[in-house]
Amino acid sequence: MSIESATAGQAGTPSSVLPDVPRLPDRSVSQLAFPPRERYAQMVRAFRDSGFETCADLCAVDYLTHPGRSLPDGVKAERFEVVVNLLSLSMRQRVRIRVQVPESDPVVSTLTDIYSGTDAMEREAFDMVGIIFEGHPDLTRILMPEDWEGHPLRKDYGVGRVPVQFKEAPGPR
Amino acid sequence: MSDHDDAGNDAGNDEHELVEAEFDADEGFDTEGFRTVGQERHATELVALVAETSEGAQELQPRGDTGSGELRREVGAVLRLPEGNYIDPNDIDIERRDDETMIINMGPQHPSTHGVLRLMLELDGETVLRTKPIIGYLHTGMEKTGEELTYVQGATNVTRMDYLSPLTNELVFSLATEALLGVDLPPRAVWIRMLMAELQRVSSHLMWMATNGMDLGSTSMMIYGFREREMVLSFFEKTTGVRMNHNYIRPGGVAADLPDGWQDDIAVICDTILVRTFEYDELLTGQPIFRERTEAVGNLTAEEALALSVTGPVLRSTGVPWDLRRTMPYLDYDKLDFDVIVGSYGDNFDRYSVRLNEIRESIKMIRQIADRMPAGDYRVQDRKVTPPPRARIDESMEALIHHFKIFTEGFRVPEGEVYLAIESPRGELGCYMVSDGTSKPYRMHIRGPSFVNLQALPVLLRGGLMADAVAVISSVDPVMGEVDR
Repeated sequence: MSIESATAGQAGTPSSVLPDVPRLPDRSVSQLAFPPRERYAQMVRAFRDSGFETCADLCAVDYLTHPGRSLPDGVKAERFEVVVNLLSLSMRQRVRIRVQVPESDPVVSTLTDIYSGTDAMEREAFDMVGIIFEGHPDLTRILMPEDWEGHPLRKDYGVGRVPVQFKEAPGPR
Repeated sequence: MSDHDDAGNDAGNDEHELVEAEFDADEGFDTEGFRTVGQERHATELVALVAETSEGAQELQPRGDTGSGELRREVGAVLRLPEGNYIDPNDIDIERRDDETMIINMGPQHPSTHGVLRLMLELDGETVLRTKPIIGYLHTGMEKTGEELTYVQGATNVTRMDYLSPLTNELVFSLATEALLGVDLPPRAVWIRMLMAELQRVSSHLMWMATNGMDLGSTSMMIYGFREREMVLSFFEKTTGVRMNHNYIRPGGVAADLPDGWQDDIAVICDTILVRTFEYDELLTGQPIFRERTEAVGNLTAEEALALSVTGPVLRSTGVPWDLRRTMPYLDYDKLDFDVIVGSYGDNFDRYSVRLNEIRESIKMIRQIADRMPAGDYRVQDRKVTPPPRARIDESMEALIHHFKIFTEGFRVPEGEVYLAIESPRGELGCYMVSDGTSKPYRMHIRGPSFVNLQALPVLLRGGLMADAVAVISSVDPVMGEVDR
């Protein structure tokens, strides 16, 4: 089976997908889009319908200690970002979608009803960074134990340290 | 006659319950109904078990406690179809009651789950109905650790993720760092990287052949696979100094040049392993027992694979010719002549054939690389990125400073973010790296192919036999170090 027949086949050009959403040029992907939170799922669905068959990756980033990143005009920097990398097999292209998610309300809509494969990735983003994906069928922790407190990949979550004794410790002798 | 038997059984049960009731009454329990007491006791035991594992909600729940969306996912109905045929009640047997099925636990200490994978399976007799992989038993917070290490140290960290193909982890990390840095590698560094990556694919697939043979009861395949892999590992030891977790491919090139006489070693490895792949054909491919156990077991369609983001040999076995080395070339793969192996049915046998033939394709590539290996530097000669040669440190103050700076502070990487993906033996291995302009990654996310491919297990196991479950898990080739990271 060829790639073309494996996909839905309603191929359009990716630039026609929601052209009013701010974008930035990028070296490694053909499009880097910054949709607002409300239009995020809509944009992913539009990309899926224009020939991006699979979601390669979904992860979340906590920008607590690095607020001054470069964003296009009209996009307000928030603490969290959900980053989605979509892949089109038929067009051999990648697009990246970055959504700003505020700290006070870390909720975005789920992509599981668009790409089933984002299930585990969204659970990981929830577990590690604490983003809540609205509508996810089973949003539980995936890597950490169920009773774990906190979200380890947040920047205000400390790294455990082991004190190192460089000099010989005063022994009991 | 049956009436008589029933009556007898009833009488027996009554007698038993009477005894229990007396016992309960003595203990001071509520004797209103015997069943309630039993259920309570069962519930207490269940709570005790859950508290012990503390994976509560991550586990497979009884049907009654599972929502329809979750149930659909667990039975492997992944495709989003039009409303009309959205749910086929027969397919997900939504009407099946809990007392007709049994939930059993497999792993994380099960010897055949390739590490610490834990599966909860709902069985109807021998048939698997629902599956839920429970992971995280090998989680060591490598993404968090990566934020604490400089780019120079980072390769040591990522190489421990997918421990069966450590060099590909280092490769994707280095490529992402170099993309942010904007350095161009000398051609020899690129070709050494390709050589090592292809050798790694051979060793990883051999390891897979060995363990898959073991899971299907072919212990000789297990020995043969390890024997051949040992040849590749010896070459790695000669080149990098260690058999695994090499830290050989680093940002800026590779750690050392190839050893003297490497062409001879490569020629021996290629000749021997190629001949032996044909011996595997005799041992497994044509063997009726093997075919019986792998053909039409664990089927996956191309649509399902794409919806589940499955990549690598599992995707190619369904017939989709998607190999990043060909379709989105990195390094110098576009200058090599090789075939992308695809299957047609997406069953266990196709996944076996794809991997076996990829060993042959990799050997083809290794021979081309060995013939055409360019001369020159094996790492960039930018002293801000790679350390100076040891001899220079004795003569040049500047070299000493550069050496000191690289190993204490590391180099600074310009602000930005990048997603880079390569074809690891298991599929698309991606690295999303964010830099804030310092010498440590601000965020380093690894997209592990095993982590994503594991999502296909509910689909692959659905409707199959419990006895085939082990073979199906093996055919996905999960490496738990990468799944849990």
